[in-house]
Amino acid sequence: MAVLVVAEHDGASVKDATHKVVTAAKGMSGDVDVLVAGENAGGAAQAAAKIEGVRKVLHADGASLAKQLAENMQALIVPLMSNYDAVLFPATTTGKNVAPRVAAKLDVMQLSGVIGVESADTFIRPIYAGNALTTVKSTDSKKVLTVQATAFKASGEGGSAAVDSIAAPGASDKTNFVGEEIVKLDRPELTGAKRVVSGGRAMGSEEEFKKVIEPLADKLGAAVGASRAAVDAGYAPNDYQVGQTGKVVAPELYVAIGISGAIQHLAGMKDSKVIVAINKDEEAPIFQIADYGLVADYKAAVPELLTELEKAGV
Amino acid sequence: MKVLVPVKRVLDYNLKVRVKPDQSGVDLSNLKMSMNPFDEIAVEEAVRMKEGGGGHAAGAASEVIAVSIGPQQAQETIRTALAMGADRGILVQVDGDVEPLAVAKILKAICDAEQPGLVILGKQAIDDDSNQTGQMLAALLDWPQATFASKIALSDGKAAVTREVDGGLQTLSVALPAIVTTDLRLNEPRYASLPNIMKAKKKPIDMKTAADYGVDVAPRLQVVKVAEPAKRQGGAKVKTVQELVEKLKNEAGVL
Ligand SMILES: Cc1cc2nc3c(=O)[nH]c(=O)nc-3n(C[C@H](O)[C@H](O)[C@H](O)COP(=O)(O)OP(=O)(O)OC[C@H]3O[C@@H](n4cnc5c(N)ncnc54)[C@H](O)[C@@H]3O)c2cc1C
Ligand SMILES: Nc1ncnc2c1ncn2[C@@H]1O[C@H](COP(=O)(O)O)[C@@H](O)[C@H]1O
Repeated sequence: MAVLVVAEHDGASVKDATHKVVTAAKGMSGDVDVLVAGENAGGAAQAAAKIEGVRKVLHADGASLAKQLAENMQALIVPLMSNYDAVLFPATTTGKNVAPRVAAKLDVMQLSGVIGVESADTFIRPIYAGNALTTVKSTDSKKVLTVQATAFKASGEGGSAAVDSIAAPGASDKTNFVGEEIVKLDRPELTGAKRVVSGGRAMGSEEEFKKVIEPLADKLGAAVGASRAAVDAGYAPNDYQVGQTGKVVAPELYVAIGISGAIQHLAGMKDSKVIVAINKDEEAPIFQIADYGLVADYKAAVPELLTELEKAGV
Repeated sequence: MKVLVPVKRVLDYNLKVRVKPDQSGVDLSNLKMSMNPFDEIAVEEAVRMKEGGGGHAAGAASEVIAVSIGPQQAQETIRTALAMGADRGILVQVDGDVEPLAVAKILKAICDAEQPGLVILGKQAIDDDSNQTGQMLAALLDWPQATFASKIALSDGKAAVTREVDGGLQTLSVALPAIVTTDLRLNEPRYASLPNIMKAKKKPIDMKTAADYGVDVAPRLQVVKVAEPAKRQGGAKVKTVQELVEKLKNEAGVL
């Protein structure tokens, strides 16, 4: 069987999630191809060719693919599926947006947010905010998956796959890209970061969120995350949200500051290796899953933490 | 323009699910069920399109139809939508789990019959966490889609939709009819007032079956088992910040 992995990329390079989804694909088949769809994405196609274990890269380039709009991606991918038994997308907002359209056109049931590949047709995925893990066998002839990249190790570099150019589809006339506001990041990206510092409702304002969370994140070389409450209140941008309905992270170190630990939040971070929680309420549910809980007012604890980290040579 | 809002009956978001000891599924008996929170947001947006508010002119929607696919009790979910301001309901009665693909097929048949200008769904049902149905419906209808919406502006047969994406926000313009799925920041759903709950009792709900729409709801995914995730060994506390840093460095080795 042959498996197609749809790359997450920025045109110049492929995102780490792609390397992880390739690993998931290898659990299904030895024949793994990667699709790089974009505009002026030659750099990304070359980068994809270097992922270990990739057989071939399909590179579709054109204006219709610039923003990977779902309608145009569907038009590209569905015909390709006559050559593949499965297609895997990273469970990013782009992947989640496109994959079900492909599945519906192929008349197959999609598997969302896969965290384990048991065989070519059997997969593990979380349901109910990760409070249950279901193992499901797909009876469909073709498989369409979105993959929770954090659950897989990244495939290494060192491959040298051929890059085949394929035609980009025409653009749908029903959807037009109008604009975007992309948050400028001076820090690591949340989903791939080794360390994450997240702030919650306790911050009380955007200024306070910045003043408390950012210096600590910078000290630790960490990405910044937030609870839904902090995002809803405008303390942090939407794409910082960690949780069941935000981003799923699994860093080596997750520091939750002024976050209570609702199940929806835990769903997004409970697979972190080490969890630190700072909360002034000793009953806060976050402490039940924290490896190191500190019952304290963050206003005193965070500045002290910065000093101690400094002393420890961090 | 008619606006169709699919609403799913799910375990209340405040409750934690129990896995059955024989690993055959989850145990929902005697647990509170509610409307999927993202669907409340969808109903709210549709009702604002009818009544005016949230940036929408009154009358932008002529009629709001709430649809649920599920057991008899999903009527209550539809009643909740009617109490929030939807005009009528359609219950497609199916017992047992219905997969998003089958839901999308039933919704397509309903769209063919009702010809809505807009279908607003939740981005994700908080039980199966699939995040598929809206996109599938869009593909089956060959309609454009704007998922994960945090703002919708209607004008001239189009919807300008701001979407919550990784990295920030993206705005698309989609030609109607279209599919929109809601994200958390689109609006804050209202609580139905008592008079409106009373009024909702008189609003009509059409009772249908999947067979009425010629849709086969047999599942495509076989559940092999449903297990509890590994429990984390959490709960340890440190007394001071010094102790925290010392342990992170020497015990956990993450600094
Ligand atoms: C459909 C749906 C989807 C959701 N998806 C998500 C999601 O993806 N991610 C997510 O995070 N949430 C999500 N939620 C929301 C979730 O249920 C919680 O409401 C949210 O996580 C709470 O955020 P919080 O912990 O910051 O706020 P709170 O629960 O208000 O907790 C604030 C905490 O700060 C502590 N505190 C206050 N002051 C101080 C101080 N000075 N020092 C130290 N501690 C202090 C308090 O003790 C408290 O524990 C979702 C909810 C729904 C209904
Ligand atoms: N059984 C159902 N009845 C009505 N609407 C549904 C049903 N299942 C899914 N939906 C709609 O599709 C959205 C996404 O669900 P899902 O794809 O299952 O995550 C939900 O928020 C609902 O709007």
